[in-house]
Amino acid sequence: MIANLLKAKPTTNVVTGKMEENQRNIVLEIEDVKISYSGEMAVKGITLSIPRNEITAIIGPSGCGKSTLLRSLNRMNDFVLGAKVEGKILYHGIDLYGKDVDPVEVRRKIGMVFQKPNPFPKSIFDNVSWGPIINGYKGDVYALVEKSLQQAALWDEVKDRLKSSAMTLSGGQQQRLCIARALAMEPDVILMDEPCSALDPVSTAHIEDLMFELKKEYTLVIVTHNMQQASRASKYTAFFESGNLIEFGETQNIFTLPKENRTEDYVTGRFG
Amino acid sequence: MQSSSSGLAENKSVLRLGRSKRWSEECIKAVLFLCASISVLTTFAIVWILIREAGIFFQEVPVSDFLFGTLWAPLLEPRSFGVLPLVCGTILIVVGTALFALPVGLATAIYMSEYASSTIRSILKPILEVLAGIPTVVYGYFALTFITPLLREIYPEVQIFNAASASIVVGIMILPMVASLCDDTLRAVPDSLRQGGYAVGATQCEVTIGVVVPSSLSGIMASFVLALSRAIGETMAVTLAAGATPNMTLDPFVAIQTMTAYIVQVSLGDTPAGEIGYQTIFAVSALLFIITLCMNVFSNKLLRRFREVYE
Repeated sequence: MIANLLKAKPTTNVVTGKMEENQRNIVLEIEDVKISYSGEMAVKGITLSIPRNEITAIIGPSGCGKSTLLRSLNRMNDFVLGAKVEGKILYHGIDLYGKDVDPVEVRRKIGMVFQKPNPFPKSIFDNVSWGPIINGYKGDVYALVEKSLQQAALWDEVKDRLKSSAMTLSGGQQQRLCIARALAMEPDVILMDEPCSALDPVSTAHIEDLMFELKKEYTLVIVTHNMQQASRASKYTAFFESGNLIEFGETQNIFTLPKENRTEDYVTGRFG
Repeated sequence: MQSSSSGLAENKSVLRLGRSKRWSEECIKAVLFLCASISVLTTFAIVWILIREAGIFFQEVPVSDFLFGTLWAPLLEPRSFGVLPLVCGTILIVVGTALFALPVGLATAIYMSEYASSTIRSILKPILEVLAGIPTVVYGYFALTFITPLLREIYPEVQIFNAASASIVVGIMILPMVASLCDDTLRAVPDSLRQGGYAVGATQCEVTIGVVVPSSLSGIMASFVLALSRAIGETMAVTLAAGATPNMTLDPFVAIQTMTAYIVQVSLGDTPAGEIGYQTIFAVSALLFIITLCMNVFSNKLLRRFREVYE
């Protein structure tokens, strides 16, 4: 009995998601990051490493700070009034919040797909080509659009109507268009904020297959509410609760042998 | 016994009968309907009078002479009823106004909705509203006593009455309308679209010009058309500043006459009612009415298209 008590981990223990091995393959290092909105702390000191060419899932109940953290990775929180980021987010060793860092440049390298599909009210072609064009893309724009749409598994459905409005696409197609839009920037990392929450199961399956393909070339970080999605799609999983990282590790372990009771409760659906 | 009688009394008070209608409610409804019908009836009455009186005019003057004639001299012998000089004067004012008010108004709206902090916005918006509340006759004198002398200093050939200074003040006058309507349509663009733009590495300026403005283009166009239809109907300022000389010209520095200014001239003059010279104002009014009506319908169409995009 006493032995059991001694073995149990104290809950105050600071969990870090740092990976010692394969340091070279770390794309993003999040070091003791605290994020607050007008003084209210949403992320309370998180340390986490995002490995290259893998899918890392962030799960946790609503309001646990997972989307907030994700949005700080490409400085989208800059647009939220009163948002403040402390700590360090190192991207290949460069602090994204350093004084001489241009947030526009950051977003060119670290793309994002949002919860609700948000295509521009332009043609399908222009939706994909706009980003590269404004950023001075010198190559063959048509080829780039075709390649991006193919990578997003949308090309066959839209190749005959590239000039029609993106608003005519279904929700699932719009979301794949938004993925193609992110891919056309040829980014390094793609952040996905609950990319399937507004979609039906068929479209969701489509996008999950797509994520598997994408991880060959890109590093993906996804925030999801959907436990099955995290267990199916990701290699690593981080479990957040009320602004803290509770557990981080290989997805298989998180879902079958969680070290923390709270993680187990959450992944087995006992709360959240 | 006691209980049953009280039960009966209760029954009566549960539901009072014999009052299937509440008369106060009916009264209020009738009064409100009456108020609502005033504006509708007025519109129909105006249209009816315009058609009737213009009909009398067109019995004497062929429609084609009126619409395509290039000399407007309805009050002096030999008379001539070609409305084109008045239309030309009106167009000159509208084009001048558009050149000034549309770009400046849109730029103001972009600044207010995309760039300004909430503090600056809260200062700018009330000032624009004050600008919208100034009586138009004040604008007319402002043109005559301030803008025209200014223009003459730059370019001495400018006449006392001229289209340029009238256009400028009408432009200032409709600026708040353009800015406020455009501001509304720009702010209606969902933030998710802006974020989508930023997420592909766009700067604020690129997001504004490449995403926000195109997304609200039909709303912007609609507010342009609405504002210009107000410029067409504008009377006091152009009467004072642009003069009363029907003139088939595109030179903005000479005196002209607009359709509205002509109507004022006849209304204030001693042209006897019923005489053909007097009937002309109904023909001109009818034409003016048709033009602004078409513009308003067009602008509503544009606005409806804009709403469809986000729903």
